[in-house]
Amino acid sequence: MQMRDFVVRFAGEGGQGVVTSAEGLAQSSTQVGYHALTFATFPSQILGGPTWTQARISVDPVLSAGDDVNVLVAFNREAYDTHCEDVLEDGVVIYNSAEFELEGDGRSFGLPFEELAKSTGNNRAANMVIIGALAHLISMPQEHLVSFVEQRFNRGRAEDAEVIRSNIAAMTLGRNHLAESGFSLGELAPPEKPEYQQLMIKGNEAVSIGAMAAGLDFYVGYPISPATPILLYMERNLVGKDRLAYQVSSEIESITAILGAGYAGKRSMTATSGPGVSLMSEGLGLAWIAEIPLVVVNVQRGGPATGLPTKTEQSDLFSCMYPAHGDVKIPIIAAGTVEECFFGAVKAVEWAERYQGPVILLSEMALAERSQNIPKPDLSKIKQAKRKTYTGSNGYLRYAGNELSPMPIPGTPGSYVANGSEHDDMGDTTHLGERHVQMTERRFGKIKLLEEDDFERDQPEHSIAVVTWGGSKGPSFEAYNKLKESGVPVGWYYTMYLNPLPPKMLKELKQKDLVIVPELNYQGQFSSILRSLGVKAESITQYTGLPFKARTLVEKITEMTNVCLKETVGV
Amino acid sequence: MSKKNPEYDFKWCPGCGDFGVRRALELAMIDRMETTGESMHNSVVVAGIGCSGNLVHLLEGEQPYGIHGIHGRSLPIALGVKMARPSLNVVVVAGDGDFLSIGGEHIGPQAARNLDICAVIMDNGVYGLTKGQSSPTTLQGTVTSSTPFGKLETKTNPLELYLTLGVSFVASGFSGQPRPLSQLIRQGMEHRGFSIVHVQSPCTTYNDTFIELKGDLKNGIQPSIWDVPEDHDPSDKNAAHNLLQQGGVPIGVIYNDTNRLSLDQSVENTWEKAQPKTVGQLMGAFEF
Ligand SMILES: Cc1ncc(C[n+]2csc(CCOP(=O)(O)OP(=O)(O)O)c2C)c(N)n1
Ligand code: SF4
Ligand SMILES: [Mg+2]
Repeated sequence: MQMRDFVVRFAGEGGQGVVTSAEGLAQSSTQVGYHALTFATFPSQILGGPTWTQARISVDPVLSAGDDVNVLVAFNREAYDTHCEDVLEDGVVIYNSAEFELEGDGRSFGLPFEELAKSTGNNRAANMVIIGALAHLISMPQEHLVSFVEQRFNRGRAEDAEVIRSNIAAMTLGRNHLAESGFSLGELAPPEKPEYQQLMIKGNEAVSIGAMAAGLDFYVGYPISPATPILLYMERNLVGKDRLAYQVSSEIESITAILGAGYAGKRSMTATSGPGVSLMSEGLGLAWIAEIPLVVVNVQRGGPATGLPTKTEQSDLFSCMYPAHGDVKIPIIAAGTVEECFFGAVKAVEWAERYQGPVILLSEMALAERSQNIPKPDLSKIKQAKRKTYTGSNGYLRYAGNELSPMPIPGTPGSYVANGSEHDDMGDTTHLGERHVQMTERRFGKIKLLEEDDFERDQPEHSIAVVTWGGSKGPSFEAYNKLKESGVPVGWYYTMYLNPLPPKMLKELKQKDLVIVPELNYQGQFSSILRSLGVKAESITQYTGLPFKARTLVEKITEMTNVCLKETVGV
Repeated sequence: MSKKNPEYDFKWCPGCGDFGVRRALELAMIDRMETTGESMHNSVVVAGIGCSGNLVHLLEGEQPYGIHGIHGRSLPIALGVKMARPSLNVVVVAGDGDFLSIGGEHIGPQAARNLDICAVIMDNGVYGLTKGQSSPTTLQGTVTSSTPFGKLETKTNPLELYLTLGVSFVASGFSGQPRPLSQLIRQGMEHRGFSIVHVQSPCTTYNDTFIELKGDLKNGIQPSIWDVPEDHDPSDKNAAHNLLQQGGVPIGVIYNDTNRLSLDQSVENTWEKAQPKTVGQLMGAFEF
């Protein structure tokens, strides 16, 4: 039987080519029409250190990194020992025989990656040796790989031809060597190449380009894993007249500088991770009370304080929705896929301008560093974010009334004081109770402007639903599809708009007997927010620093569903 | 606010030095309007939190834009405003506590950047708004509400600090002399780069140093302020340091380096190195 999907894990030391091999495989596969997704972990040291990256290649769009490993590529002994147990019984291990030898266990095959590469005259082609070997395992036609190499290394330089030749030679060597082993995983079904144009892109890059597509003008940031690539991307690309990307000296400077820029009329943004959000707390409150548009992207990592900088977790929902003292609740968009990283960023910039206040876009380590093929976004359908601006004369009352009012821009008439103290309609500080009532209601009232209609929904007739958020979307949806197939009576709801939730979705969720929320944190943060909104929600939590496996979710959701059904029947 | 606003209930105490600073700033902004022809709405006053920061609400006459934000962060807010629209005239007003204590971490970076703004610091050697605690510029040994046995730390010398951090324009003023002070502020605004006008602005309620600063010759008290001599060369950093070694409070321009590019100019110079791409082109790099 043909396979529709397979998973390769590359494990070794940082610097051995673990990441480039996985990315190379994913890229070559998407080029010939497969779907691919990578999941990267990071070593905690700068040079070397154990690391692994997984690539899942499939005929169908890929939802998660995959539960099981079909092939392990072990660059050293330690990697083999750590990961061999995750390899399926009928899986294969390819190991670097220059580093260590394994007893013939019937499923392991040694290849001297580097030696073979050297023999082609190209020391850097070790990953091509591996990709060639993998191609043999799944009977991928040689011409696919050849065309990938030709495209990839055709850079208009004199040495191109030689580089292409040696890479193809390396690939062929890998393929021929593995053929000797007699191992095979079968045949991967032929690709069903999508009709539409595609991008192969990572979450952080998608966020960057999405924000720019919405018209971002101003970006400042401070380096922090896993958000740094956004800063670096912006510094290279958000350049020129009337735009700026710039590294400042702390997250306190980031938030206050984008606040100053937002006040001065610019669509502005910063990106950070948990520790940075903590430092931005007071600034976010200021943006809320003074009604200044800005976007903060939080690429979540694990743990409080310095926590787990190189692991993934979804534990900042509380700290982002309620980051500051006082009555504050920040609008939140949480991206669940690389594609949503793009559209979430577009929306975040647009929301900030629409309601004149701070918006937080949540991403997470596993999305940020994930390479995935996505349909190419249609730029002609994306509108630049627009702010209601004031165009009258002086003497304007910026904060008059209970609703959003046009915002004056410095340099034009309409001077006012944007005030972080409670203020009256002209922006002067006040302590009157009725003013605080009016202004508090004005600020919360504006959130209504952000209510969206669209959300994902399947089998709404069931009284139990799975509702996840962020990057847990992939494994949850994969689990949901399996449950649906086997007739477990649960429905599916999903949105990236966590605050405000699409009102229609919230209304339907309130009518459910049980809403099951898979999420990567200890406290069950989203289910607890849903409960506060009147939804009978319960979480499936995990806090290992790794994403969910679909299998785990199938088991847990089935169990919770059974318990719930028994209870409701019993009554 | 241009008219009296009954809802705004903050008042400076009678005799507070900040009245003089407000007057000086108004004069400087009016003079700037008249000489450059730019409207008042081209200026933005970013205020710290303290009695001093309330200046942004208490300005009379034609109103500039303002931000009255959070404690200690006026500099990075000003960074955002200025770099968003370099054509704006951006002025920071803050107290010694706001600027040197909680916000101290932002002075060095703006100095290194040579951010083109003018900071007017009202130094009263005390936390006025929170009612009299010690600040970085309170004298060592002083008993304040928060130092019942005398302040343990030495007094910070802000002018020395600014010079050391590389602030490109440093002036020292006195709130009791609004006209000369307005000239210093005016020069600070004109300076292409980071300028600080550090003003002795006594707190009549918690740390009244008026007499000490102005002197009272009838009672034999020599003034501690003295004018920077005419032959002082403000472009000479050593001369500036020397001036500050002479005791008392020199009033005037201490240091002025006109040879550095401001941050917005440096940024502009990078444009030719970059090859800006459209969003479509950026996306194209990921297409396959
Ligand atoms: C984060 C934070 N901490 C503390 C305060 C309380 N606070 C308000 S003003 C101030 C000190 C003001 O001193 P200074 O900057 O010298 O201004 P002055 O009142 O003397 O003009 C303090 C500590 C605050 N508003 N925010
Ligand atoms: S407490 Fe001091 S600084 Fe504050 S208003 Fe009164 S005199 Fe001025
Ligand atoms: Mg003070």
